[in-house]
Amino acid sequence: MIELDGAVVTAYAPGETRRGAERVVTLLGPVTATLTERRVAVVGANGSGKSTLARLLNGLTLPSAGAVRVDGLDTARDGAAVRRRVGFLFTDPDAQVVMPTPVEDVALSLRRLGVPARERDARAREALARVGLESRADLPVRALSGGQRQLLALAAVLATEPAVLVCDEPTTLLDLRWRRVVDALLADLPQQVVQVTHDLDAAARADRVLVVDGGLVVHDGAPGPALEAYRALMAVDDAAEVVTPARGRHTGVTTSRAEDDLA
Amino acid sequence: MTLLGAHRTARTPLDRVPVGAKLAGLALLGIAVVATRGVPASLALLGLAVVTAAVAALPPRPTARGMLPVLVTAVLAGAYQAWARGWGPAVEVVADLLTLVLAAAVVTATTPADRLLDALARAARPLRRVGVPPDLVALAVALVLRTVPEIARTVHEVRDAARARGAERDPRVWLTPAVLRLVGRARDLGEALAARGIVD
Repeated sequence: MIELDGAVVTAYAPGETRRGAERVVTLLGPVTATLTERRVAVVGANGSGKSTLARLLNGLTLPSAGAVRVDGLDTARDGAAVRRRVGFLFTDPDAQVVMPTPVEDVALSLRRLGVPARERDARAREALARVGLESRADLPVRALSGGQRQLLALAAVLATEPAVLVCDEPTTLLDLRWRRVVDALLADLPQQVVQVTHDLDAAARADRVLVVDGGLVVHDGAPGPALEAYRALMAVDDAAEVVTPARGRHTGVTTSRAEDDLA
Repeated sequence: MTLLGAHRTARTPLDRVPVGAKLAGLALLGIAVVATRGVPASLALLGLAVVTAAVAALPPRPTARGMLPVLVTAVLAGAYQAWARGWGPAVEVVADLLTLVLAAAVVTATTPADRLLDALARAARPLRRVGVPPDLVALAVALVLRTVPEIARTVHEVRDAARARGAERDPRVWLTPAVLRLVGRARDLGEALAARGIVD
C-alpha cells in the first residue's frame, strides 16, 4: 500500500532571486492519496508533475513537506528498504542499463540482493527468459533495439522481485509493436504497478487513474470519468491558431480517493 | 563485449585465466611501462600488448575504432613531447599510452563484467576499515571503464550534428553540447543506480 500524506515537492528556481534569496517553487502537491489498487495510472500534460509524483514513490525524490509511505515504510527515513520494495522503470532504458551485456546488467541487480556469484548468471538468464530476451543475453546492449532494451531494463528491475513497480512513461519511446509487448508484460505482473503514461488506452485498463495538472492531482477516480476530465483538460483553445492548452483551474485543495468520485 | 566497445564471441586461453592474475599482469605491465626508459623498450612493450590482443582475438577494426580517442590524445601528448623534448620521448609517450589502454582492453574483453566487479570488490576489501564500501569502489571502477566508449560515442554524435549544420570547424559548437550531454548522462546514471538501490 502506498500512502501520500500531504506530500509536497519544492525546488529552487535557478537564477531567480528575491532580496538575495533563491525563490522556492512548488513542483508538486500537496498530494494526499492512498493507493491500494493493483493497477494505477497517472496521466497529465508534459511538466505537470506526474513524473515527480512517480519519483516520490521509491524515494528518488523526497517530499519537502508531508510524507510518502510504502507498506508503512517512510521514503525519507527508510529509503533503502523502500527501494527494495519498489522497483522503478525509466522512460529511457539507456539511462537505466549500466552494464555491457544484458546478463551482466541483470546480475548487477542480483548482487544487491546478495545472491552468490555462482547463482547469479543462471538467475539473470531466467529473468531475461521471462521477458523473452534469453537469446540476447550475451549480446552487447547496443546491439539491442529500443524495445529490447526496455525489456532488459524491466528484467533487471523484476529480478529483484519488488512488491511494487513504478513505471515512468515506459512505452513513450517505443513503436507500436514494442509498446504492446511491454504493455502485455506489465499487465501480467503480479505486483502492484503504478504507471505514468500518455497512452490513454493503457490508462483505461487501470483500476484507478490520477490526473495531474499544475502540480496537483485534479482528478482521482475510475478510468472513465478520470480520462474524460483529462481530455477536457487537454482541449486546446483554438486548434487553428497557436496551440494553447486550456489549463485546469486549481483550487489548491488536494484531492484524494476518499474525496473524489470513484463511481 | 569489451569496455572499449568491441564485441567478441571468441573463447581464448586468456578467457580462462583467473581475473586476479590478469589484473596483476596489468599492474605489472603498468609498472614496467613507467620503470623502463627508451624507445626500444616502449615499442617492445607495445608489441607485447598487440600480441596479447591477438591471442585474445580482439577484433582489429572495432578495437582500433574504440581506441581512436586514446590515439588522438596520445598523438597530442606526443606532439607536445616532440616539441619540448624531441622525437624519442614523443614516441615513448604514444607507445606507453597505447600499451596500457590496449592491455586494459584485453583484460576487460576476456573477463565478464560481473567477475571483474567481484575481483575489484575483493581487492578493495581493506578499504572497508576506513568506511569505504568495496562494492561501490568496484562499481565506480567498472563504470569509469564503461564510460570511455560512451564519451567517444557522444562526441561523435554531437560532431555529426554540428557537421549537419555546417559548423563542425568551430570546436565550441560541438564541445559545449558534448560536455553538457555527458554531465546530464552522468546525472541520469547516478539516478538509475539510486533507483535500483545499488548505491544504498
